Amino acid sequence: MVKSKSAYSTPSKLGKIDTHIIVVWVDNEASVLSRVVGLFSGRGYNIESLAVAEVDQKNNLSRITIVTTGTPQVIEQIVLQLKKLVPVHKVGNFKREDKKIIFKEMALLKIVANSSKIKKALNACKKYNPVILDKTNKSAVIQITALRREVDSVTKNLKPFGLVSASRTGAVAMTRGAEIFN
Amino acid sequence: MPKLFSGAEIVFKCLEDQKVEHIFGYPGGAVLPIYDELKNHPTIKHILVRHEQGAGHAAEGYARSTGKPGVVLVTSGPGATNVVTALTDAYMDSVPLVCISGQVPTHLIGTDAFQECDTTGITRPCTKHNWLVKDINDLPRIMHEAFEVATTGRPGPVLVDIPKDIQFAKAKYFKPKKEKKLNGKVLNKFNQKEIDQLVDLMKKASKPVFYTGGGVINSGPKASELLRELVALTGFPITSTLQGLGAYPGDDNQFLGMLGMHGTYEANNAMHDCDLLINIGARFDDRITGKIDEFSPKSKKVHIDIDPSSINKIVKVDLAIVGDVSDVIKSTTKTLKKKNLNLEKSNKQKISKWWQQIQKWRTKQSLNFINSDKIIKPQHAVQRLYELTKNQDTYITTEVGQHQMWAAQHYKFNKPNRWMTSGGLGTMGYGLPAAIGVQVAHPKKLVVDIAGEASILMTMQEISTAVQYNLPVKIFILNNQYMGMVRQWQELLHEKNYSESYSEALPDFVKLAEAYGCVGIRAEKPDELDEKIEEMISIDRPVIFDCHVDQAENCYPMIPSGKPHNQMLLGPKDQEENRITGKGKSLV
Repeated sequence: MVKSKSAYSTPSKLGKIDTHIIVVWVDNEASVLSRVVGLFSGRGYNIESLAVAEVDQKNNLSRITIVTTGTPQVIEQIVLQLKKLVPVHKVGNFKREDKKIIFKEMALLKIVANSSKIKKALNACKKYNPVILDKTNKSAVIQITALRREVDSVTKNLKPFGLVSASRTGAVAMTRGAEIFN
Repeated sequence: MPKLFSGAEIVFKCLEDQKVEHIFGYPGGAVLPIYDELKNHPTIKHILVRHEQGAGHAAEGYARSTGKPGVVLVTSGPGATNVVTALTDAYMDSVPLVCISGQVPTHLIGTDAFQECDTTGITRPCTKHNWLVKDINDLPRIMHEAFEVATTGRPGPVLVDIPKDIQFAKAKYFKPKKEKKLNGKVLNKFNQKEIDQLVDLMKKASKPVFYTGGGVINSGPKASELLRELVALTGFPITSTLQGLGAYPGDDNQFLGMLGMHGTYEANNAMHDCDLLINIGARFDDRITGKIDEFSPKSKKVHIDIDPSSINKIVKVDLAIVGDVSDVIKSTTKTLKKKNLNLEKSNKQKISKWWQQIQKWRTKQSLNFINSDKIIKPQHAVQRLYELTKNQDTYITTEVGQHQMWAAQHYKFNKPNRWMTSGGLGTMGYGLPAAIGVQVAHPKKLVVDIAGEASILMTMQEISTAVQYNLPVKIFILNNQYMGMVRQWQELLHEKNYSESYSEALPDFVKLAEAYGCVGIRAEKPDELDEKIEEMISIDRPVIFDCHVDQAENCYPMIPSGKPHNQMLLGPKDQEENRITGKGKSLV
């Protein structure tokens, strides 16, 4: 077939796709989350995970952490479009590989098994600060904090030890050292 | 104790403080308290439309022709959903609108009450911002903020949804505060270094071109004056987008005409071959760029825009200047004058070859058409309309389709704010209500809606509004009985399978005009055209002009799908050699 030379935008070659963590400081008001999420869905951007909570009661500010993927051009657009929203105060943009940033997500894992399996399960996640939040002789609820892919692999590894349910937050982010984000 | 005002009173006090003179609206259950209050505010005139979409477009026409925000007042539920098209249209074309909608009382929200809908949810993606007022004490602040958001930075529509109980509730009123900053949303902080870089690029360029858009219009009439000065000073050629027409005189020699899909041969070729492209207030829309990979491949690109998210969105640029167009142009001109007094002359020598090339392209006369003495050619009709109205200050609106492109090609605008058309969203039915809005703002001026017979039927009911308020708008219908642009694409891309693009049962527009209480005129032969146009202009009442034109006429030149930007389709003769092939067919 003849190569299309359309006068219209044909999907051109995609650039390299990176994972970014976008941090958005917003006024904690009605429908602000829907504005942010609606912008992502409306413009066809991707959301891998999302975490949101109020961080400043006095100034009524919430912090939204979104893990997204896209070409450099798309990521730039995401940041600029977010900045246009009226309740948005500032937007941080970090590459996942960025060494200056800490990313963590938390997971609650329910194991239903005998105590030897529970012990093995606990052992399998000992690198990720496991905390036993609840224990009976047939079950345990373990809390871990780790990177997304680490939680992925833990949940996979725990299947044989009786993992029946996993609940996880999206990633949250913080800069290392004394530096703060402006 | 300070005086307390009801929500409805606060709405009007805000409108008064914002110097609103006209609102376009339609009453209903959930806005009755506001309508009840209307009688106490004689400085604000309400224009009753026939459909809420008409209110929105009328407010758009009002805003585009005055530079002031248009104000819309609608009820909850269907009132709000009907205005969504107009809000989206305004959002795409950066028109400042403030839409006030009624909502069911707060205690009924979420219960599927009568005429309830999630108005803020529905309009969230088609407004710059919207508010649901849940506390009467927030109302004055929100109303003032609404005007602030709509009119600052890149303008756009906003919506304030006011539940009925809030309209009755009482609170203190306060006047707008100036210091309120919208989280730093207003960006106009370019620096001299950027201007110096621009001037440097301009000095080096041997094939420069200005590409200007609606941003120049939105920046105010001053921006157009400054643009004219800059263009004269540099000697560079200039082309404009659909929305930018009028910012630079259409009959000036340095003006290459409109660019893009139905732009002129010289404008598109200049864009393709230039070595410096200076975008002022345009957004690299896909109807302009064509295929991105082959868009202006040899040029350095400069983008001047107030909206940072417009920059690098579609086309990667070498120099971005974020700021208000008039401020940027002013600084540029100042720097040019300061740096090199002889630039005008030296530039002209440097780019003389470029002008020779442009002259060569011009000889193609790409807007030409084969005229007829038996049947009215639509282009001829627009040309005659132009010739017969150019001596007075005329405002033109359009619907969407072939007639819109012919109007853009053949009607030459000399002033900004004289051209109102739906570019981004491409809303058929925009022109008539927009013309009404324009006429409300400029009661003594000639306002003509260049229309198609299919488009006009979408908002035909608004002619009744024009009659009610004695607004002498002229509806100039280029009637070819087809959805012309659809038919043209079907002819070029779908083997002339004119699927559903022919209107079998059209009304008799002359009788229709009489039924509405205005004047109908019909023209069928070229030799009666001038006389009838003159008759139309002389009538001080709304007129529907039914101009029967060639049904088979296509809009050229055209960049067809599947072809690169610099290979335009010029006319019927060119078509055989340039058939659209392969994948191009599937692209809209």
